[in-house]
Amino acid sequence: MAYDKFKVLTSTAVPLPIENVDTDQIIPARFLKATERKGFGDNLFRDWRYNQDDSPKEDFVLNNPKYSGKILVGGKNFGSGSSREHAAWSVYDYGFRCVVSSFFADIFKNNCLNIGVLPVQVSPAFLADIFAAIEKDASTELVIDLPAQSITISSTGATESFDINTYKKGNMTNGFDDIDYLLNIKDNIRDFAANTPL
Amino acid sequence: MKKTLFDKVWDSHVVQQVEDGPDILFIDRHMVHEVTSPVAFLGLKNRKIPVMYPERTFATADHNTPTINQHLPVKDPLSANQLKALEKNAAAHGISYWGLGHEKNGIVHVVGPEYGITQPGATIVCGDSHTSTHGAFGAIAFGIGTSEVEMVLSTQCIMQPKPKSMRININGELGKGVTPKDVALYIISRLSTSGATGYFVEYAGDVFTAMSMEGRMTVCNLSIEMGARGGMIAPDEKTFDYIKGREFTPTAAAWDKAKAYWDTLHTDEGASFDKEYHFDASEIEPMITYGTNPGMGMGITNGIPTAEAVEGGEATYKKSLAYMGYNEGEDMIGKPIDFVFLGSCTNGRIEDFRAFAEIIKGRKKADNVTAWLVPGSHKVLAAIKEEGILDELHTAGFELREPGCSACLAMNDDKIPAGKYAVSTSNRNFEGRQGPGSRTLLASPIVAAAAAVTGKVTDPRTLL
Ligand code: SF4
Repeated sequence: MAYDKFKVLTSTAVPLPIENVDTDQIIPARFLKATERKGFGDNLFRDWRYNQDDSPKEDFVLNNPKYSGKILVGGKNFGSGSSREHAAWSVYDYGFRCVVSSFFADIFKNNCLNIGVLPVQVSPAFLADIFAAIEKDASTELVIDLPAQSITISSTGATESFDINTYKKGNMTNGFDDIDYLLNIKDNIRDFAANTPL
Repeated sequence: MKKTLFDKVWDSHVVQQVEDGPDILFIDRHMVHEVTSPVAFLGLKNRKIPVMYPERTFATADHNTPTINQHLPVKDPLSANQLKALEKNAAAHGISYWGLGHEKNGIVHVVGPEYGITQPGATIVCGDSHTSTHGAFGAIAFGIGTSEVEMVLSTQCIMQPKPKSMRININGELGKGVTPKDVALYIISRLSTSGATGYFVEYAGDVFTAMSMEGRMTVCNLSIEMGARGGMIAPDEKTFDYIKGREFTPTAAAWDKAKAYWDTLHTDEGASFDKEYHFDASEIEPMITYGTNPGMGMGITNGIPTAEAVEGGEATYKKSLAYMGYNEGEDMIGKPIDFVFLGSCTNGRIEDFRAFAEIIKGRKKADNVTAWLVPGSHKVLAAIKEEGILDELHTAGFELREPGCSACLAMNDDKIPAGKYAVSTSNRNFEGRQGPGSRTLLASPIVAAAAAVTGKVTDPRTLL
């Protein structure tokens, strides 16, 4: 599925300083019953966000009007657990275009890259700086510059570079996906398949 | 050049490399289930493209299926809709579909090996993270997201950078009552849930050589819980004996050709890994988890570690214990429990039911325990009946349900109620994984059995 091109994103951010946030928290299994990719943002962090009677939990960050923006900042090992792409969809559908953490689980990171959410991995110290800057001032903006591969905290000017492979970077900046690429080499794939032992 | 088992399988499946990008990996077998596939099929429709190799694709229904009265229409309209969608998509694209009620139906990672779809040296993917299970046969098997499901359906390839390699060696002999599940939970507790992120793991050493194929599946299944892309074990005579004669296993000349390839599948002497661990089998005891991720496991006779003793954020650790209603330093032995869940692609095979039966034989289910015993497939269910295990379960006051994922992810009606404690043989103890507010203690089938007959956390060795 094509998505918006990602170049430079300047936005306030929502802080979630919890480690090992797993995809069962991002979107609980009971919300995976759809056959279309629609409306997943409503159930993002469902059980942390709402009580069992569907009233909002006031102490959860998404229910705090102080915080908003297109960037979600999470603790270490973000997105562990189930491979459900629904987790990345719900992050995207809620309105986030970028997730920042000091460490991502593999499949979640891939899923994000495949749907146009940029995972930005920063050092633990820089992550702590981001959380501190947002805590000090919720209107602090982060600047994510994908072509330059840098992330900057605008209030302090602190900046760090991040890694992304050239191919994925090209996809994100152009809004392409892997399938477009693979469909172009179908003949090679067919030749290869004819010679596999299994 | 000296190659690892992983290198051999990976390298032989690379169609081409993208410059400064991922490898394009050819996928031999693609397993599909109802939850992560509908949007992928929708993608094909939007792009107006077919499934490239329907014969390499296998669909089963498991995540969303009820485990009682499977002969009746599925009550939940959303679940029913998802099952219907898979049935329709499979038919439209000429994919074999083992739906609800089909004699071959079961959990995707249980039926793959049962019918010989899983083979050594194959690349296998599925939109489910526990696809790592199939690594037990020396396959490269890993979970993928829905965009990637669409990718494999349409091109039979996936784009992935080659992971780093890790070998985990465990030598020596396991003690009494120590099962493959304990080995896996032990490793995860030592490495943490992110300790193997970015790696593909090979398990090696006496413990894995001696382990049954089903035990190897349990271990490989849990690889993902330490963050690994997957885990694998070199195929040996045990592997070949297991797959021989199954429906999708090659025969005659095709077997000989495949076997010639399989015989090369081992890590060359002197090949190097990016990371290597060595553990001693005698250090492992029956394990149980006390927190809200699979890395929070401990020997069942130990006390819950204190925040200083564990790596990671103290606040996250305390939040986790608060969710469980436990305190640092407490014993797990003797903790009351409410539910027991035997099943899932981790421990829902016949050996797991045999192990469970051995403990409950001559005993009775505790009154305070609700037990959900869910076979991983119809084939497992049939074996439970044939071997007389069903009678033993009934005598002890247990009932058996019908196959499916069930309370492993609680997408169907099998939800552990809020606040209740469940000793589960599944793979994840995340907050609410088994139902909103549920509290999960991961353990082996015999720890589950010991809890089921005593009503509390009990060292199974005292009942053996
Ligand atoms: S049993 Fe659990 S982990 Fe296994 S396939 Fe089903 S939901 Fe996934």
